[in-house]
Amino acid sequence: MTRYINGVEIEDTFAEAFGIWGARVIITAAHRKWAREAATKMTGFATSVIGCGCEAGVEADVQNTPDGRRGASVLLFAPSREMLARQLVGRIGQCVLTCPTTACFNGLSAEDEISVGGRLRFFGDGFQSSKIVGGRRYWRIPVMEGEFLVEEKFGVQRAVAGGNILILGSDLPVALRSAELAVQAMRRVPRVILPFPGGIVRSGSKVGSCYKFLTASTNGAYCPTLRGLVASALPEGVNAVLEIVIDGLDPGAIEQATRAGISAACIPGIRRITAGNYGGKLGKFKFHLHKILDEALP
Amino acid sequence: MTAATKLKLRFPPQAPLEAGVITPDHFAGKSEAEIARLPAVHGNEAASLGDFFEVKGNGSSEIILRGDLSGVKNIGAGMTHGRILVEGCAGMHLGAGMRGGEIRAFGKVGDWAGAEMAGGKIHVRGSAGHGLGGAYRGSRYGMKRGLIIVEGDAGNEIGAAMRRGLIVVTGNTGDFVGAFMIAGSIIAFGRLGIRAGAGLLRGTIVAFQPPELLPTYRYDCSYEPGFLKLIFRELRSCGLSVPKSFAAGRYLRYSGDFNRTGKGEILVYDQR
Repeated sequence: MTRYINGVEIEDTFAEAFGIWGARVIITAAHRKWAREAATKMTGFATSVIGCGCEAGVEADVQNTPDGRRGASVLLFAPSREMLARQLVGRIGQCVLTCPTTACFNGLSAEDEISVGGRLRFFGDGFQSSKIVGGRRYWRIPVMEGEFLVEEKFGVQRAVAGGNILILGSDLPVALRSAELAVQAMRRVPRVILPFPGGIVRSGSKVGSCYKFLTASTNGAYCPTLRGLVASALPEGVNAVLEIVIDGLDPGAIEQATRAGISAACIPGIRRITAGNYGGKLGKFKFHLHKILDEALP
Repeated sequence: MTAATKLKLRFPPQAPLEAGVITPDHFAGKSEAEIARLPAVHGNEAASLGDFFEVKGNGSSEIILRGDLSGVKNIGAGMTHGRILVEGCAGMHLGAGMRGGEIRAFGKVGDWAGAEMAGGKIHVRGSAGHGLGGAYRGSRYGMKRGLIIVEGDAGNEIGAAMRRGLIVVTGNTGDFVGAFMIAGSIIAFGRLGIRAGAGLLRGTIVAFQPPELLPTYRYDCSYEPGFLKLIFRELRSCGLSVPKSFAAGRYLRYSGDFNRTGKGEILVYDQR
């Protein structure tokens, strides 16, 4: 059955997502500006696990932090536990340890933990020391402006990556406006991030390529300029498509974000909202758009 | 949850009463009568708890003690879980060697409270004696883990040779605070006695009144130690009132003791 929201068709399809490992990092600083600065740096070049090794984003600003200062919460996702550990150590070491006034804490209560501060401590060259507070160990690493405080272990858990919606618009300005509104709504949802620039992707991909060395290439079915050349998925009147990719700590968070995003994206000029999938071959998670919207009904 | 086991001291013992059996571990699964028959040592004579205490209730994870127990030693020693409330003074070795659980004392406690403890929490609303959280003579390590809060004064050698954990004293402390401390933290809101941190290997002593420092300490800098914010937050959650200015304040850092590695520190709250 076809569904409409504000006259926008919601296609009866599903977004296909896959399992991943996730962690949450709380960065605090003397001012919100510096917490955000470190969080932004730490989540740079982290749009896709294919090319960046991890996907990361700022989840929210946080006030109730372990040291009582202003902070930012970052979610980071990687394909394996080992890769997640490597990414956490590398990114906290290069982007948070280096940033003035910051401290870094675990933000995820999970049974499985990996050592982060326990590895970064060696930067202290033997002058590092630790404190156990409330049963958790924190490392104090001397730096030129004082001390960098970092929690020894960070919780990690299985998570979900690759949730998505595709916004099909009559033209680029309207598609972009719609996607921006969707991002705004989705960013209010806890436990998810939208890892692409401004939360939006213009270069959706398909698996494989005509080139043997390339594992993914442009999603021709959704490129308006290829409408006459390939089996296009675009209805008449669609001239721009934007995608929003969602990574979350659990499927429920992705469903919530999808629902919020679709509701906000349905503005005049949008012809259809759909989702990217690979016929169920990519991942075990399927987010059916109609089902998700139905669950929002009282 | 079962009701607390209540012990009321009938009369003060004439000689010290060794009552290391007053723990939730020893009381577990026992009836009122069985608890009363638990062994104690009065001076150099064998005795039982029932000789000195009126016992009410079966074994529970919570024990409430009433009376002037300043002559009763080893209350909660070695306990691993549960809770003991002491409504009055307590004798020596309160919670010594405990590994878990919580002891709350509403009165003065004797020497060696929390000595060599390895976990759990002791909260004293009153003063404490010497050797608080410290190592016994000949022992290598004092307290190894856990938290001791004393809302009052404390005696000499608190946290001596402690290996880990946190001791907080809101009042004044005696001499040799943190002597030969290996690691851990001692926070003294009142005046520190002489020779604080003598032989300190690592670990932290935080002082809020300018102490008389040993010459084997060197001044490093004035800064904001981030970890103190975490500790103060933890103390507030224990009901201790810590001014916000202490968390956000600057501290003068002195490294020492240079008779050893110099990797310990005394942090002095910078009141300027």
